Amino acid sequence: MEAFFLHLYESTGVNFSIFYDRRNELKFLRGLSVSFELMGITLLGSLVIGVAGAWLGGSRWRAVRWAVRGYVQVLRNTPPLIQLYFFFFALGSVLSIMGPGGRPIPLVNNFVWACIGLSAVAGAFNIEIFRAGIESVPRNIRDAATALGLSRVRAFFLVILPLAFRLCLPALNNNMVNLLKSTTLAYAIGVPEVLYVSAQIWSDEFNATEMMTVVLVVYAGITTAFIGAMQVLERRLKIPGYGI
Amino acid sequence: MRLARTAGLSQLALVACLIIAFATPAAADGLDDIKSKGEISFGVKAEYKPFGFRDASGEIKGFEIDIATAIAKALGVKPKFEPVQDATRLPFITQGRVDVVIATMNDTAERRRTVGIIEPFYYASGASLLAPKSAKLKTWEELKGKKVCGTQGSNWNKPIEEKFGVEVVAFRGIAEAETALKNGECIGFLYGNTSLAERLADPVRWGDYEAPLPTLNESPWALAVKAEEKDRPLGKKISELLAGWHKDGTLLALEKKWGLPPSPWLAKESEKYKAAK
Repeated sequence: MEAFFLHLYESTGVNFSIFYDRRNELKFLRGLSVSFELMGITLLGSLVIGVAGAWLGGSRWRAVRWAVRGYVQVLRNTPPLIQLYFFFFALGSVLSIMGPGGRPIPLVNNFVWACIGLSAVAGAFNIEIFRAGIESVPRNIRDAATALGLSRVRAFFLVILPLAFRLCLPALNNNMVNLLKSTTLAYAIGVPEVLYVSAQIWSDEFNATEMMTVVLVVYAGITTAFIGAMQVLERRLKIPGYGI
Repeated sequence: MRLARTAGLSQLALVACLIIAFATPAAADGLDDIKSKGEISFGVKAEYKPFGFRDASGEIKGFEIDIATAIAKALGVKPKFEPVQDATRLPFITQGRVDVVIATMNDTAERRRTVGIIEPFYYASGASLLAPKSAKLKTWEELKGKKVCGTQGSNWNKPIEEKFGVEVVAFRGIAEAETALKNGECIGFLYGNTSLAERLADPVRWGDYEAPLPTLNESPWALAVKAEEKDRPLGKKISELLAGWHKDGTLLALEKKWGLPPSPWLAKESEKYKAAK
């Protein structure tokens, strides 16, 4: 394979350097692993935020409900790149301690800010998606849960949430695919994920076309695999008689 | 009758001329294209003081803009400026979005393979590090294993990482890298010595910083055109103009005008061209 791509470069000038140059390959694989870490952490983070937000959004206390609404509005209505810059450059400069010589030492690094920022946005959308799911669980099921003597917490996590989860799965998948794609935004704050390392490689090797093709194919592969897995999940969780 | 026939013929000739005028630019070379458009487009930096930057009114100005404007003037056309970044300047040339790139670009062997690098060069610079005085840096070797802020697409990132084992955290633009430096994300900002010198001249913002390390990888700055234009009239004309400006001191005067630290390279180059006559 190495020989093939080297030959391709020498004979046609089509330079897939990551397939024959060991250094480039390692760089690219490290970028890929950072991307996967980002995706895993933010998927989980956004789900936790979504469930917690949907739960708190139905709170008895008005202040809590308003806090959730405010959170959703602010994060849903601002561009993700600006949010990431806000977290990293604005909050990052506040969240630091003074080191020797009056130099600030940041407490949170760019990778963690990317995880926080991306989870927070996708989480805001998840709150709305879960809320819609919860609202579409029929009233009589809640009544039945109450009649069976389940507490509010138990009814939410044992009865309503599992049903709501199934109902909102298609919308959730959509948002999760969006999240996977938006991990490339971490590039802007210097997180060495796939797009970042590819940009480094193409500025050293002058193979922007080839590297962009690789990045596109990699992302298409990741999202296709993810969508496939989610479709399996949708089928497994099918509720007979519910039409979904 | 005779008069009418001549008029008909001359109309026909006019139409033929118009057809030729509209049909030829695509086939002609770069210089003819530029002259027929009456406009030459330059890819320039828009946030690299004092070489190419936006002034208070938003207009792009600077050392390189003056050179570009002088080229346009010599060709008798209007200059048009397209802001480019380190990572986009070469694609702008190869894709034909601009005629010339004059954007603080060093001459490298790899770039020569992709675009037409025009000689003589008009300036020279090397890599330097803007670091807080409190870090008390003396040598590049001290940076091993530490984080240094840089810009994406810069050709210094790779050699510095490989030679000194530093971790370059590259940002999209200079403003982001500087903010990250000020926020303590990294120990220094890796950038051109000439540009860093310009920053250090501003004690209000950069009073606590210095550029203590020896300049690395000194290399001249070049204008670039499409590879095939290098030896055509466009490349030759620009080359001729630059040689003239080395000789008559125009470039040295521009250096002074923009308050750049005197470059030994530029002074030597000027002497060389003066002696050549």
